[in-house]
Amino acid sequence: MGIKVYGLTKTTNVARVLISLEEVGADYEVVPVDFATGEHKSQSHLTRNPFGQVPAFQDDNDVMLFESRAISRYILRKYKSDLLREDDIKEAALVDVWVDVEYGQYNAPASAICYNVIVKPMHGEEVDQQVVDTNLEKLKKVLEVYEARLSQYKYLAGDFISFADLSHVPCTYYLMLTQYKSVFDSYPHVKAWWEAIMARPSIKKVFDIMSA
Amino acid sequence: MSGVKLYGSPMSTCTARVLLCLEEVGAEYELVPVSTLTGEQKSPAHLARNPFGQIPALEDGDLVLFESRAISRYVLRKYQASGADLLKEENFAESALVDVWLEAEAQQYNPAIQPIIFQFFVVPRRFGVSPDQAIIDSSLEKLKKVLEVYEVRLSKSKYLAGDFFSLADLSHFPYTKYFMATPYASVFESYPHVKAWWDDITSRPAFKKVAASMHGS
Repeated sequence: MGIKVYGLTKTTNVARVLISLEEVGADYEVVPVDFATGEHKSQSHLTRNPFGQVPAFQDDNDVMLFESRAISRYILRKYKSDLLREDDIKEAALVDVWVDVEYGQYNAPASAICYNVIVKPMHGEEVDQQVVDTNLEKLKKVLEVYEARLSQYKYLAGDFISFADLSHVPCTYYLMLTQYKSVFDSYPHVKAWWEAIMARPSIKKVFDIMSA
Repeated sequence: MSGVKLYGSPMSTCTARVLLCLEEVGAEYELVPVSTLTGEQKSPAHLARNPFGQIPALEDGDLVLFESRAISRYVLRKYQASGADLLKEENFAESALVDVWLEAEAQQYNPAIQPIIFQFFVVPRRFGVSPDQAIIDSSLEKLKKVLEVYEVRLSKSKYLAGDFFSLADLSHFPYTKYFMATPYASVFESYPHVKAWWDDITSRPAFKKVAASMHGS
C-alpha cells in the first residue's frame, strides 16, 4: 500500500510532512481532502484524523497517524534520519526544544500575519491591519531571540540542521510571499539561516509542490 | 547519576508537567524557585536559561533546556533505565502514538482548556478584574468537542496512546487539575471514559505528590 498523506499540499501542516518525506527520499502518495465539500468531516476522514483536520497519514502495518509533527517524527525515525539526532540524548533534547519553540512562539504570530494578508483576501475578506501589526511586533520579539541563537549556532538546535529548523519552513514560505518578508532583513543571522534552508534540494522540491 | 535543576514554580502548570516526569522516574532533582509574581522569569539570569522568559527551564550539567514537553522527553529518556517507560521508544508503532496524542494535548486540548484556567485563576489575581465569561464559554464549547474525541478514543484503549500509560496522558494533568477546581469540572461527567481515565491517572503516586504542591489541591 505504501505511504499516503491526506490533505492539500498548499496547507502548511501538510507541507511539513512532505518536507520530512522528501528529506528521507520516501515514496508517497498525496490524497487530496476536499474542504469545500466538507470531506474533512466525513466519517472516512474522521477515522484517519478524529479532529477532522489535515494532514492524516497512513503507512503499511496499519499505521494511522495525525498531527504533522508526530507524523514527521515517525517518518524521520522510520528512515533513520539524522534530523532528530536521537543517537545523542542532549542534541535530541535541543531539537525537541526548538520544535516546541516553533509551535509555541513562532507559529502563532507568523501564521496570523499570513492568514490576514494571504488567506482573507482570497475569500474576499478585509485584512485586519491591527491584528497584523500586533502580530508583527510579537514576531519581531521572537526573531530577536532567534537572531541571538543563530549568532551562536549555525542552526537552531546547534551546528547541525534538524527537524526544528525544517518545521519552520511551511509558515515561513508564506510569510516570505508577503510584504512582511522585509522584517527578516533586520535579523541577518535569521536571514542567512533561512537562505541555507531554502537551498536544500528537498525544500526546493516542496516549494514547487506547494506552489503547483 | 547526579541530579538536575528545575527552575520554576510548583504551582505553574508547565513546571508541574516536568515535576511529574521527574517523580515518575524517581530522579534526583532540585526545584529552584523562579517567582513569576516578582517577574523573576524576565531577569537576565533566567533569560540566560530561557530566552523567552518563561518557566520552567532545566539545567543538567552544561545542558540547558526549556519548553516543558521537550524537557519532559529529555527527563524520560535520561532516566529510562529506572523502569518507567513513558515514551515507548523501543517500540516504533507505540512511540508514534505517544507522539500523536502528546501533539493532540498541545494542539487541541491545551488551546481549549488554557484560556479557562487563565480567566478563572490568573485574571482576577493579576489584573484585579472578573474573568471574561464569553472567553470561558467559548473555550468550554471547544473543550467539549475535544472531549468527544477523547471519549471515543478512551472507549477503545485504556490510555490515549494505547493500553499503556505514557507522556501523552501525563501531559494533560496540570491544566486539568486546575480545571477540576473550577465550577466547570462537571463537564467531565458527560464523558465517562474520560472521567475514568482521569480518575486512574490521578491515583498515581507521582500525581498525588505533585498535586499537593499545586494551588488549590
